[in-house]
Amino acid sequence: MQKKSISKIMAENVGFFFVIPWLIGFCLFKVYPFASSLYYSFTNYDLFTGITKTGIMNYQKIFTNDDIIRAFAVTFKYAIFDVPMKLAFALFIAYILNFKLKGVNFFRTAYYIPSILGGSIAIAILWRAVFNTDGLINTVVTFFGGEKINWMASANGALFVIVLLRVWQFGSAMVIFLAALKGVSEDLYEAASIDGAGKWTQFFKITVPIITPIIFYNLITQLCQAFQEFNGPFLVTKGGPNGATTLISILIYNNAFLRHKMGMASAQAWVLFLIVMTLTAVAFISQKKWVYYSDEDGR
Amino acid sequence: MTREQKAKISAVVRYAVLVAIGFIMVYPLIWMVGATFKTNSEIFTSAWFWPKNPVFDGYENAFKSYGGKINLLTSMINTYKVVVPKVIFTLISATVTAYGFARFNFKGKNSLFALMMATLFLPQVVLNAPQYIMFNQWGWTNSYLPLVIPSLFAADTYFVYMLVQFTRSIPKELEEAAKIDGCNALKTLWYVIVPMLKPSLVSCALFQFMWTSNDFMGPLIYISDMPKYTNSIYLRMSMDGDVGFQWNRILAMSLISVIPSLIVFFCAQDSFIDGIAAGGVKG
Repeated sequence: MQKKSISKIMAENVGFFFVIPWLIGFCLFKVYPFASSLYYSFTNYDLFTGITKTGIMNYQKIFTNDDIIRAFAVTFKYAIFDVPMKLAFALFIAYILNFKLKGVNFFRTAYYIPSILGGSIAIAILWRAVFNTDGLINTVVTFFGGEKINWMASANGALFVIVLLRVWQFGSAMVIFLAALKGVSEDLYEAASIDGAGKWTQFFKITVPIITPIIFYNLITQLCQAFQEFNGPFLVTKGGPNGATTLISILIYNNAFLRHKMGMASAQAWVLFLIVMTLTAVAFISQKKWVYYSDEDGR
Repeated sequence: MTREQKAKISAVVRYAVLVAIGFIMVYPLIWMVGATFKTNSEIFTSAWFWPKNPVFDGYENAFKSYGGKINLLTSMINTYKVVVPKVIFTLISATVTAYGFARFNFKGKNSLFALMMATLFLPQVVLNAPQYIMFNQWGWTNSYLPLVIPSLFAADTYFVYMLVQFTRSIPKELEEAAKIDGCNALKTLWYVIVPMLKPSLVSCALFQFMWTSNDFMGPLIYISDMPKYTNSIYLRMSMDGDVGFQWNRILAMSLISVIPSLIVFFCAQDSFIDGIAAGGVKG
């Protein structure tokens, strides 16, 4: 009797056995590190000397230290330039590709290649060659009569270089937009053009509203990525000049893996996490105002 | 102006925009190929990609070691020592997990699924330091274990999510037929679901291949012995350490490093594009 009910419970919950491996990994590699990092953030954990002090000193330092505040400010600045530019570019190109043009697949591939390679060190090296004082960009600039720009030596120039590196990789967002645009019914465009609406009006009054859920999705994913950007500033500009491209991810890396100050690194990571969460929450709340879901219950 | 003329003009404008932007996008890569055959002085004086007097020492030197027990080829082999097991483990663990979530009801399923989705938004940067501390206590640092083992447990949630979406689109009748024929859940997964999922599994494998090949942060944190360097940290070391900076050598090394990824991409680009579109849009 007892045995039968156990096997019945087993049969009813057989799906649970399939997710057990994930659940183990989830607890071990996600929940435990996540929770322990919150604890570490209130300590002075050093990899070699351990914990000798607890308290809120890390957070006090984060909100008073000029270098750390600047790193957060630079991260914001980076995201403010990077995310809208990348999304606008991706949507614009996807919109053009969506017209029935010959050779669309060729262009789609060409635009997607930077996204495939963009994360690799090879591209960071290329970027340094291209934006070198004597590099490709400056050769073109001087050809057109301009003056050489010392990209890596000016604060805005260096930031521009790493923003451009990521905007250049708009391929994934573009492909997602393109799939969404394919789903917009032709009838709507026809009806609008009969009513005399031009292409731009159609774009802003029909296309954009219908694909707002996808814009929203891309916005959230790009935002999360931008706030964590590491490779560009770490490899191309090395955080310089004078900390102008030292994003918070660089500080976290330096604290954790160069100075072994795990407590401080955890606190900075948590502040970053809370900022990203807040922005995501704001986006989710604001979506009622601007995101249009065709089915009533949303998703 | 007639309607046809207007349509013609706008088509020309669209092509012009596509070509111009496409050119700007891809030119740095073309220039890079040319630059591997140039001398330093030509690299920094000419914007034209074609080398005037091609030199090949970039490629000759690319395979030479900087000293230490590592060179370009061994670093690439190291990379694939991480990539290959990680791709295989991810496919297995993500398929099994996705099957459990997509096809069964069990106690607490919805809350577990919500938790899994939440980890999609959990920034890796929060986990780096505590994960390092944990792997360090286990004695796993300076090995590939921290990079590979989590994938046995479906740690890359994105793939689970993608496969859940695809599994849901498979008609249930097939599984019911298999059940009537006496297949248990595991057999059904292997003989019914996996064959149906094949195209999506291909795109998961491709993405994991690319992402792991490009991964920089992971090896940077965990690998400290030079002979174990993966390609990404080996390139970074060359970039920072090359005395006198022979750009053609560094660029040739970079180019050789991305060739496997490029070949994979060109052989399977449709799977890529379908994969992103499905993963993004079905959400």
